[in-house]
Amino acid sequence: MARAVSTGQKSLNTAIAGTLGLVMFFPVLWILILSFKTEENAIRAPLEVLFGSGWTLDSFAAVQARSDYFKHFSNSVVISVGSTFLGLLIAVPAAWSMAFVPTKHTKNVLMWMLSTKMLPPVGVLIPIYLIFRDFGLLDTRIGLVIVLMLMNLPIIVWMLYTYFKEIPGEILEAARMDGASLREEILYVLTPMAIPGMASTVLLNVILSWNEAFWTLQLTTSDAAPLTQFIASYSSPEGLFYAKLSAASIMAIAPILIMGWFSQKQLVRGLTFGAVK
Amino acid sequence: MATKASRAAARTMISPAVILLLGWMIIPLSLTIYFSFLRYNLITPTGNPFVGWENYYWFVTDPSFKAAMLNTLVLVGGVLLITVVGGVMFALLLDRPMFGQGVIRIMVIAPFFVMPTVSGLVWKNMFMNPVNGIFGHIAKAFGAPPIDFFGQIPLLSIIIIVSWMWLPFATLIIFTAMQSLDQEQLEAAEMDGAKWPSRFIFIMVPHLSRSITVVILIQTIFLLSIFAEILVTTNGGPGVSTTNLTYLIYVSSLLQFDVGMGSAGGVIAIILANIVAIFLMRMIGKNLDA
Amino acid sequence: MYIKRALLNTAVGFSLAAGAGAAASAEEITIATVNNNDMIVMQKLAPKWEEATGNTINWVVLEENVLRQRTTTDIATNGGSFDIIFIGAYETPIWGANGWLTSLNDFADDPAYDLEDIFPLVRNSLSADGSLYAVPLYSETSFTFYRTDLFEAAGIEAPTEQITYTEFAEMAAKLHDPDNGIFGTCQRGKAGWGENMAFVGPMVNAFGGQWFDMDWNPTIDSPEWNAAITYYVDLMTNSGPPGATANGHNENRALFKDGKCATWVDATSAANDVKNPANSKVADVTDFFQAPKQATSNGTGWFWSWALAIPASSQKADVAKDFLKWGTSKEYFEMVGETEGWVAVPSGTRASIADDPRYLEAAPFSATIKEAIFAADPTNPTMNPVPYTGIQFVAIPEFQGIGNYVGQQVSAALAGQVTVEEALANSQKFAVREMTKAGYIE
Repeated sequence: MARAVSTGQKSLNTAIAGTLGLVMFFPVLWILILSFKTEENAIRAPLEVLFGSGWTLDSFAAVQARSDYFKHFSNSVVISVGSTFLGLLIAVPAAWSMAFVPTKHTKNVLMWMLSTKMLPPVGVLIPIYLIFRDFGLLDTRIGLVIVLMLMNLPIIVWMLYTYFKEIPGEILEAARMDGASLREEILYVLTPMAIPGMASTVLLNVILSWNEAFWTLQLTTSDAAPLTQFIASYSSPEGLFYAKLSAASIMAIAPILIMGWFSQKQLVRGLTFGAVK
Repeated sequence: MATKASRAAARTMISPAVILLLGWMIIPLSLTIYFSFLRYNLITPTGNPFVGWENYYWFVTDPSFKAAMLNTLVLVGGVLLITVVGGVMFALLLDRPMFGQGVIRIMVIAPFFVMPTVSGLVWKNMFMNPVNGIFGHIAKAFGAPPIDFFGQIPLLSIIIIVSWMWLPFATLIIFTAMQSLDQEQLEAAEMDGAKWPSRFIFIMVPHLSRSITVVILIQTIFLLSIFAEILVTTNGGPGVSTTNLTYLIYVSSLLQFDVGMGSAGGVIAIILANIVAIFLMRMIGKNLDA
Repeated sequence: MYIKRALLNTAVGFSLAAGAGAAASAEEITIATVNNNDMIVMQKLAPKWEEATGNTINWVVLEENVLRQRTTTDIATNGGSFDIIFIGAYETPIWGANGWLTSLNDFADDPAYDLEDIFPLVRNSLSADGSLYAVPLYSETSFTFYRTDLFEAAGIEAPTEQITYTEFAEMAAKLHDPDNGIFGTCQRGKAGWGENMAFVGPMVNAFGGQWFDMDWNPTIDSPEWNAAITYYVDLMTNSGPPGATANGHNENRALFKDGKCATWVDATSAANDVKNPANSKVADVTDFFQAPKQATSNGTGWFWSWALAIPASSQKADVAKDFLKWGTSKEYFEMVGETEGWVAVPSGTRASIADDPRYLEAAPFSATIKEAIFAADPTNPTMNPVPYTGIQFVAIPEFQGIGNYVGQQVSAALAGQVTVEEALANSQKFAVREMTKAGYIE
């Protein structure tokens, strides 16, 4: 880092990285552009799309007229945030135990937890559907909160565990010497130190829950339907629909995209899964 | 520091997570195993008689089964290869001094936030559609015949889409690891006359190996159950060329409504996933003192 | 302390919010449907029913396959998530016989609804064991859409009699002009029993093939099937658009309306959309002729109805029935005529609408459609006798799985990934397996 880098070298780096960045970002950028075009113009050749006429907000209005965006949006928020915080509530004590009172089974327990994530959801849909029916959880937000929490719990535990392990045990011990109870130790000593890690855990899991597209589609019909359901009705084409599909896509991904961009520093800082030493 | 009291406390505190996950695993799993021994088709209510291993026989001899196994392997392997190699390259690039690094990083990680259904639909329609998609328009501009992505190279098309979604994740993790690389060590090596390739192989790769392992582990977990991207683009076809194990189970249990056979497939998939898990864990065990 | 309390509060807050969301008012019904034009129109007009009755509707709009899967899962497990479902002529009798649907026989007692006005052919296709289980929104057969301007430019005379597939292929080849963005023919290539097999099935019938012999042995590896599928692959390769394996009904409809196809054999129910200048670039230059024949003209045009039904698990059957009557009544079709234009009126269900002068004037092609629908005979679909009914499908529960698999194989053959022989051999193997599993054959 200490080396002086010539402006020329820096510009070259910028050009290469910028091009690749643009390539990665292009699909998102493109649907953003198409969402402001009329249907007839949205299927034209790229240059005509960019420099041609036919700019409009109609697609957003048409999408909103078809299904109420804000209902789906608020369901997505409740489900993703709710499942993440419920998961955190259960994962913090578990991660504490694993990090500070490890036994010879700790590693196996952790790996077993991760392996539960490998079960293919389609294989267990019918049993879950029957259970949901019997408990009246079909098409309820609380039902989805529970399922997505269970889906993501292993990841949450693992992430927290790796952060907790970085925290020197002596600090906790010192707190205990001062007469802090276990609960106080976790709440006032451990948690504040792990805030950056928790922040990134929360962010990652909100993203994963927001984008989950199997259970959210199978277990909801309308009351609890999140944005994945909102976009699902566009999966078969209907005449010219690129502009409407683009508008609906933008509406579905924008909240999480914006949240992700604003919080990317936190996300990146904590997204190590203990891989950085 | 582990006293007897804290051990007991630890057990109490870990138990909610363990019990919940155990329940989440055992209840559906036991029902699935139970169903897998019944003749249970949603469309033809027959009282669901016990049929022994019949469903397993039918699932394993399903003409699509072998293809689905192979496709799953190619899909997971292909995406892992692209994202790990691409992720290391992106991370190396982003680690160099440049203008506007923040903006470029934002652009690179954007695909990670896009839901699978949306990216499937967008790639299918706006990009890979041979008539109205961008690639079709570009081919036309050069006078070349458009590529029929989902007809000619269906599995590769899926791999491209999924890689696009997971490359940012790999990049982020590897990039974070890269930043903790000891620059002085690198500079010392450079002064000793080590060329870039050997610096890369002997200093960077060992340093990054842990983060690459993490990338492989996490992505494998998610890639094994890829579903939405296939559902909205190819529906597993043409033929069975993009049917992975997850999709095959979907076809049996939710398109043919043969819950018995689908459950048998689910049990097989769980066994295979656990074999993969054990394999991965071994690998991780070496690299992570988790 | 306070973090924990905050967390708890949030969790409680969420569960309360979730609980409140779940408590639905008694007169809220949930309708599961697809996103085709006719249903979009119904969604647009439904607020009138809501205002008149005070009830409200939750529309769950899904893609056709997903809809079928979601509704089947829910109804078979008695989940009760839906009060009205959009359902086709294949499922209705099977589901009705399973006791999954509410009988609509009492609609006959309502003189204002006039059940007799609905074509008997259509009513029969939605009944099982003498009970009516669904009421139709529209019915369709298949015929050929063609572009009068392109035919004229190529010097081809539009056929007045039923032509053969061989003649059809010659026409398509002449019309094919991909450099100018015109494809000789657009046909379904997307796999699925309701997608490519809806076109392929009647074509196989025309070539003299059939799904099963009189003992329910699958006959998919017959020379007739081979001739039909070989023809299909050649036709699409020589005169079709690129990427045809991804094109289903909706994709082709979009291509045709955009002026990219010279011919298209598909549902008559798409005609009102294609001939509607508000939606289509080719409204003025599109006309129709019969779907081609080959060895026989039996079963060369399919028969299908899209209808609305009430799951037996619905708790609000009375309100749902009220909506069903409203949405398939004469008054509803007239309202569509008044608000959307008579050309947009769903076709093929009610005699009074089919003969309405306003409709005939706005949609002169509707006479052709009516004639074609009456010509379709699901009880006699093939050249040689078969043990089943249904033209583009076989009215047994097992058909869905077999049809999907064969559809996948046909699309693989179209993509060139397997040969026609391999595709049909695989299909035959699969069909034998399924029929053995289901106990039809040893």
